[in-house]
Amino acid sequence: MALFLIKRLVGGILTLYVIATLCFLIIYFTPGSPLTGERNMPPEVLRNLERAYNLDKPLHVQYLLRMKGYLTGDFGLSIRYQKPVAELIFPAFPKSLELGCIAFFFAMVVGVPLGILAAARQNRIPDYISSSVALFGICLPNFLLGPLLAMVFALWLHWLPVAGWPEDFSLEELLKVILPAITLAGVHIAYISRLTRAGMLDVLHKDFIRTARSKGLDERSVFLKHALKNGVTPVLSYAGPMAAYIITGSVVVEKVFNVPGLGQHFVDSALARDQAVFMGAILIYSSLVIVFNLLVDIGYSLLDPRVRLA
Amino acid sequence: MSDAAVEGRSPGQLALRRFRKNRRAMLSFWLVLAVGCSTPLVPLISPHDYRTQTLEQSKQSPSEKYWMGTDTNGRDLMVRSFYGGQISFAVGLLATAVSLFIGVGYGAVSGFLGGKVDGLMMRFVDVLYGLPNMFLVIIIMSLLGRSFLIVFMVLGCFSWMTMSRIVRGQVLSLKEKEFVEAARGLGVTTPAIIARHMLPNIVGPVIVYATLTVPSVMLQEAFLSFLGLGISEPQTSWGLLISDGAGALNPIRIYWWLVVFPGSLLAITLFCLNAVGDGLRDAFDVQQR
Repeated sequence: MALFLIKRLVGGILTLYVIATLCFLIIYFTPGSPLTGERNMPPEVLRNLERAYNLDKPLHVQYLLRMKGYLTGDFGLSIRYQKPVAELIFPAFPKSLELGCIAFFFAMVVGVPLGILAAARQNRIPDYISSSVALFGICLPNFLLGPLLAMVFALWLHWLPVAGWPEDFSLEELLKVILPAITLAGVHIAYISRLTRAGMLDVLHKDFIRTARSKGLDERSVFLKHALKNGVTPVLSYAGPMAAYIITGSVVVEKVFNVPGLGQHFVDSALARDQAVFMGAILIYSSLVIVFNLLVDIGYSLLDPRVRLA
Repeated sequence: MSDAAVEGRSPGQLALRRFRKNRRAMLSFWLVLAVGCSTPLVPLISPHDYRTQTLEQSKQSPSEKYWMGTDTNGRDLMVRSFYGGQISFAVGLLATAVSLFIGVGYGAVSGFLGGKVDGLMMRFVDVLYGLPNMFLVIIIMSLLGRSFLIVFMVLGCFSWMTMSRIVRGQVLSLKEKEFVEAARGLGVTTPAIIARHMLPNIVGPVIVYATLTVPSVMLQEAFLSFLGLGISEPQTSWGLLISDGAGALNPIRIYWWLVVFPGSLLAITLFCLNAVGDGLRDAFDVQQR
């Protein structure tokens, strides 16, 4: 286990390094600079600015400076805000992380029981409910679901606040979480419930379930004790990709519901070609994906002892 | 049935018959065809233009003059929705064509060559799979600029991996089949084997997967445009229209039509294309890897 963790950690750091290098090279070789964007400025000013952001140095010096910066925890300067990137990113990041975790939790807590119910009552009402949810999931992507939910529940019915993110733990503030989290979880609830249903139905036809039933166990323990553990493994293998989807989705959801998270900085910096912010955001997102995939693998080995971590 | 069975039927014909019997898929097929065909027709017939701004007519609710209302700049939303649909469909189809071209070529070469080359080529696909590809697309889009051409090229270049895996798998297994060996033993040339014996057997899965690629690419285009990284004004697409509608959300007045009309066109299209793809998959009985 310890060896496995060390291996994965080293692998993760290597991956981050490759991503940082690739990003750096792509940005370096793309024509045009963020400084020469909108307005014309005198060449002397431009040169001074380039010097301030190290843009006048040759490729390898820029590269080494940037990498050294990352090693020492210095993410560089934002050209647009003229502030250290860390000051922009680190206050925003926890909000995105909260949103993502809540949505993930939500997708699991709603999706899995819905799938189990659908499998238990195959071709009856719960099954139809779960397949209609899956249907909506396919044709209502988050950037459409978000505005629709905001319109109905916030603007029309006035049940929930329309935008923002909780500042404290009062009930009024916490209500702000609901719409963004549902929007972000929407498609995944659909997917997970379908995966759980298929997984459960598959397991329920296995011999050991017949044995469990024939020794007189009641349906409840057959389902929850014997079938569930094997039935949800497909869900776990979806959890890895889902984390990546949730991260990309959070960019949209943050825009729709005005959550001051990392996604806003990511999109704005992409549009404004604010390189340091852009790279910082990408590195944080990538580390999240790496950490999450590690957690999924550990989860796998806990659920299925036959899976050896190596 | 016994009369019909006398006449020989190709697997393709059989699949088509199975598909025709699938009511959900057939209905979806006609519906998406109707939406697709009306996207060039509506802007042609309508008295309004997708670009003409009349600011005093801004955000009019649906009326007899403007069936779907007007947008923030007073442009007719119906014409814009269908014009945007043209772009969404075009991106979907062209990007799928790009991914088809790369995926089939790459997969066929990899499967045909086999051995070490195949292993190496497939490792590369694995690596591409492992990267969060929407992020790569965002990075590249933000650096290359935003034009129609770049949107579909980039999306196409990032969605060929599954196609190449499917084709490779098929080619790999077909290579070993008796009828291919028989053909080879009879002295049929390699190009002829590929054309006569392999291609017809690959077409099914390729059609199925290409049909499923179209909605997935359209969804990605809408996602990018929503973020402002895809299609840009004065052109429009469903994603961009929904983004405008989302931007106009405010507590005072609900401009529901800005979101609902382009949104439902997108939703219907996504649903139908997925249903058609699923129907085709059932009809061709393709095992997805």
